Amino acid sequence: MVNVQGPWSPILGRLSLGAIPDNPIIAGAFIFSVVLGIVVLGYLTYADRWGYLWREWLTTVDHKKIGVMYIIIGLVMLFRGFVDALMMRTQQVLADGPHSPGFLGAAHGYLVPYHFDQVYSAHGTIMILFAATPILVGLMNVVVPLQIGARDMAFPYLNALGLWLTAVGAALIMLSLFLGDFSHAGWVGLTPLTELAYSPGVGTDYWMWAIQISSVGTTLGAANLIATIVKMRAPGMTWGRLPIFTWTALSTNIIALTSFPVLGVALGLLGLDRYFGTHFFTAGFGGNLMLYSDLFWMWGHPEVYFVILPAFGMMSEIIPTFSEKPLFGYVTMVAASFAIAGVSWSVWLHHFFTMGASPRVNTFFSVATMVVGIPTGVKVFNWAFTVYRGRSRFETPMLWAVGALFMLLVGGLTGMMLAMPPVNYSVHNSVFVVAHFHTMLMVVVYGILGAVTYWFPKVFGFRLNESLGKRFFWFFTAGTIMVFIPMYTSGFMGMTRRLDYLANPALLPFEVAEELGIGLYLVSIYYFVRQLYVSLRDRNANRVSADAWGSARTLEWVAPSPVPFYNFAVTPRVHARDELVWRREQGLEGAVPAHFEDIPMPRNTAVPLVIGALALGLGFGLVWRMWWLTDLSFVAIILTVIARSFVRDTDYVVKAAEVERIEKRLRQGAAEAARNGASASGIDVLRPRESSP
Amino acid sequence: MATASGDMESTRGGLWEPHYHHDVIATRTLGFWLYMLSDAMIFAGLFAAYGVLSHSYNEAGGPSLHALVNPWSAYAETLAVFASVLAYGGVMVALKRGSRAGVLGGLVAAFVLGAIFVGLEVHELGALFDAGIYPEESGYLSAFFALVMTHGIHMAFGLLWMAVMFFQVATQGFTDKTVYRLLNLKLFWHFQAILWVLVYTFVDMRGVL
Repeated sequence: MVNVQGPWSPILGRLSLGAIPDNPIIAGAFIFSVVLGIVVLGYLTYADRWGYLWREWLTTVDHKKIGVMYIIIGLVMLFRGFVDALMMRTQQVLADGPHSPGFLGAAHGYLVPYHFDQVYSAHGTIMILFAATPILVGLMNVVVPLQIGARDMAFPYLNALGLWLTAVGAALIMLSLFLGDFSHAGWVGLTPLTELAYSPGVGTDYWMWAIQISSVGTTLGAANLIATIVKMRAPGMTWGRLPIFTWTALSTNIIALTSFPVLGVALGLLGLDRYFGTHFFTAGFGGNLMLYSDLFWMWGHPEVYFVILPAFGMMSEIIPTFSEKPLFGYVTMVAASFAIAGVSWSVWLHHFFTMGASPRVNTFFSVATMVVGIPTGVKVFNWAFTVYRGRSRFETPMLWAVGALFMLLVGGLTGMMLAMPPVNYSVHNSVFVVAHFHTMLMVVVYGILGAVTYWFPKVFGFRLNESLGKRFFWFFTAGTIMVFIPMYTSGFMGMTRRLDYLANPALLPFEVAEELGIGLYLVSIYYFVRQLYVSLRDRNANRVSADAWGSARTLEWVAPSPVPFYNFAVTPRVHARDELVWRREQGLEGAVPAHFEDIPMPRNTAVPLVIGALALGLGFGLVWRMWWLTDLSFVAIILTVIARSFVRDTDYVVKAAEVERIEKRLRQGAAEAARNGASASGIDVLRPRESSP
Repeated sequence: MATASGDMESTRGGLWEPHYHHDVIATRTLGFWLYMLSDAMIFAGLFAAYGVLSHSYNEAGGPSLHALVNPWSAYAETLAVFASVLAYGGVMVALKRGSRAGVLGGLVAAFVLGAIFVGLEVHELGALFDAGIYPEESGYLSAFFALVMTHGIHMAFGLLWMAVMFFQVATQGFTDKTVYRLLNLKLFWHFQAILWVLVYTFVDMRGVL
């Protein structure tokens, strides 16, 4: 155990009153969070919703609710990451040229360099690991079991555990805002900067443990999704009939399962350096700095494809539905997904072409990187041919999917440029690279926003408001163009990334344009929140039947909307790749089972939440070096896992009569929705009812 | 509203599959294989780190591999872990015969042999610490201790799991849950033995040769 600088006490570790930052921006964020927290807690108490929250959400093992909670965490963190972006843009537009003014103690702009470094580190960490990843995992959670005709995931309890571990990571990052600081070494955690000698504070520890704990959750979730897809398919759901989104979920989770443990090793060894004084990545004593870069990017690059493959899957579901045509090139689409997943393992070195590897090594990784363009190109043409001669309808999900296609084109072609080491040498670490990977991540964001709009009615039984959704799309797209086209340009003009001060005043017009783009994003967020509010308010006018879009194709649209907690009353038999289309052509759309049966379902449990709370204690104790808390939490986690293994009564049975009652109500609601566009059918059918044994 | 009449179900082979359920034990086993894949990646990362950090300049003037390895102790550990796996094979045979006493006896034997392995390893690492050889001395020693101790910690958790299984089989007998846990523990225990073979080959034998 190494000694750390500064005071330490056995009870509080490194924690003291000095850990509370005295910065007006953080104080403002703190007041905002406290007010929001009081409003939420106050509402829960006032409306007497605590019991509901506990029974229906906090202890649930229902894959749809877990998915929804993942998405909520992701959207909250997406907003936090956006605020970080807003702060960075504003700093750069203010701190431009030697005569630019300084506020709040900064020489230029309003952020001192150390604070600015934390902002961009938090932005990257949050957007990749706590916004994109949870939302994608959430969408896969909601959609995959429905698409394959399963009642739940293969391991519902493990699923809830993954959710709460992800929540712990997000909570640690939010805590770092108000207690201590965050890492200043970039989201990638460059060594040896992250070593204790150069980062003696708790910031790096927050970053490290937040990622470590949440990535355990992601790994468990990946094993769960793979087992679900392999083992839980309905009869007739052969591999050749698997919907493309499920295929991409399978390929992406194979990536997650094999790459997240490598990140665990990289961060674990860094942790040994920081806590036990070992020399894995130190700049002396036989350490090797590049070992960290290699291990990190051996996870980091597969992670990039981990986030983009589900987005490809979402586009592959949305585009056929709104073109009213089967997907073009199903088999090549599957092959392309697995080709991308496979190649993802052999391109990591292109993140540091300039770090002195031999030309031969750089050539291998350059060619491997360009190879990615082939399966991706196959996908782009498949989507284009799907739209070709289709009956295209540009409802909101389709707008997002087509927008994603354009983003993919720009991001993909700039990626091909960066794959060439000579080009890379001249634009390395410039904002051109930043603009490239943001355009690629916009593919993910567009896919996500399209998918949330597309599958929302399946979970909640009503559609989101169209006109506000379209305004959200157009303002968001205008913002994307305004921010990233100037960023590409200034990158070519030589602007490097992560600058808290721009020495060249000629860059100012670009910074101003980007700031305006951020303003457009802000407007788009207003329309998104308004869309959610208006849709919730007018939900009874927007109820849908099983097929929410009138032209949906795959199995999940055979189940009623909102889908009851047991998904399908009787497991469906699958006859075709586009099962709903097959049933429609046979005149069987809307067919329901004649007889119902008892359904065994997993029982709710608080154990995953308890383990999550203990993991938060473990992470917090490790960050502040409170060894009593660390030891206590660790032992308690092991004892909780063992105690849970003695619980034998983990399932219950929903009686056939109860299933029939729920199905009848759902059908009445759908019939009314079809007749007069309004329905009395409430969302409470989502609630599980345990029948007495 | 359309309903699926009995006619339709019989002519078309049915739109629904009543009383359909999945094989719980097969699903659990696949899930555990997948967990082991992720665990294998952790060891792959550690072996890679060990490979990268095992040049002479990574020793930073500290002791090299030859000073660390005790071939006889490592050989005894190998015998212990293999005998433990063999004893666990006995557990599987007894499980197939449905003999609770056989399973419990096999678990005790596998546990004792596994504990001998962990004891030998603790003793061996303790001797290094007594000789003043610590992980924080050099990059090479960091990688050596991280690799060997990660495997040792896996073995210790396997022992804890065995103790819990002994208790559960003794009190609950063979239920779905205890059976798939016994099967998964078999996978885990074999996997740890294979990892030991790799550690033995790439660390201990290389130190002796």
